[in-house]
Amino acid sequence: MHDPVELWVYLSAAPLVWLTLTVCTWLVATEASIRMGRHPLANPVLTSVLMLSAALWLFEVPYERFFAGAQFVHFLLGPATVAIAVPLFRQWNEVRRVLLPMGAALAVGSVVAVGSVLLLGHALGLSHEVLLSFLPKSATAGVAMAISEGLGGDPSLTAVLVILTGIVGALVDTPLMNAMGITDYAARGFAVGLTSHGIGTARAYDVDLTAGLFAGIAMALNAIATSILVPIAARLAA
Amino acid sequence: MIRGIAALLLFQLFGESLVFLSGLPVPGPVVGLVLLVVALQGSRTLVPALQAPVEQVADGLLTNLGLLFVPAGVGIVSLSSVLGEQGGAIAVVLVLSAIVTLAVTVWTFVLTRRLLAGAGTR
Repeated sequence: MHDPVELWVYLSAAPLVWLTLTVCTWLVATEASIRMGRHPLANPVLTSVLMLSAALWLFEVPYERFFAGAQFVHFLLGPATVAIAVPLFRQWNEVRRVLLPMGAALAVGSVVAVGSVLLLGHALGLSHEVLLSFLPKSATAGVAMAISEGLGGDPSLTAVLVILTGIVGALVDTPLMNAMGITDYAARGFAVGLTSHGIGTARAYDVDLTAGLFAGIAMALNAIATSILVPIAARLAA
Repeated sequence: MIRGIAALLLFQLFGESLVFLSGLPVPGPVVGLVLLVVALQGSRTLVPALQAPVEQVADGLLTNLGLLFVPAGVGIVSLSSVLGEQGGAIAVVLVLSAIVTLAVTVWTFVLTRRLLAGAGTR
């Protein structure tokens, strides 16, 4: 027989409890997001991170112990990145129809996404490590973290900046596009997918089906473009 | 399902190996992504066994893509010193960069489309 207090000591040291908590928190956060009409501020990634961070702080659990369990979810980022090939493949005919506008928007947009961070970050005196972690912020998290890690950035900081960029883009997108008078939903979707990856894509699908489709394509293409551009920008930053 | 998982892992493995051998600065999974698109294009005639299981697993992963960001995002708890010192500047760069990227991208798309339409009707 064991004391219930001992059970907590036993469980909190094992990976299972943190893995379970991560998955269940996600379910709660997703449900909450749906009930709030998928408002960008109720983004389930944001609310999950906040709830879990609060739990770690409350129970004084070091991040390393949490990650020992959560890493099994984290590992799936690699296969999930490969999986982006499927929507890209399905929408290949759409891609071919507007190949030139997309190619131009991708070339200009991906350079601006990385270049603006380089210039503004320099001007505002961000440290070198923060800058390296910041450059890939418009790429989907798995790709951005791999880029950042490969260049000596901090993948955790990158993940946080990627998520925040997603939320900011999703919040700003509709008012900005309306103010600019853009009525082409393919263009609107492409811009938000390129800027704000999966979070922007989810937002685009809420607004318009065509926008969502093009956002998904932009996310996949910008993952590739960013991974080529950021090592070049990092050399300029050094 | 296992076939789909095996395919995704294999393509990631191909990607990682290619990156390691070639020294390309691109993450392995991105190379895996490109290889998988090429393989799926070819699979209509070559390997019809690949498509359905890969699509099934990929859809499952991508509909819950957000969950996979969570473990890394919680890493914010160990970053409080960085965010304390440079938080203000980080916020400014983040918001401005997002707005500029959105605006420039959408304009390039619309302008190119208009130019092409103009060239087409002439």
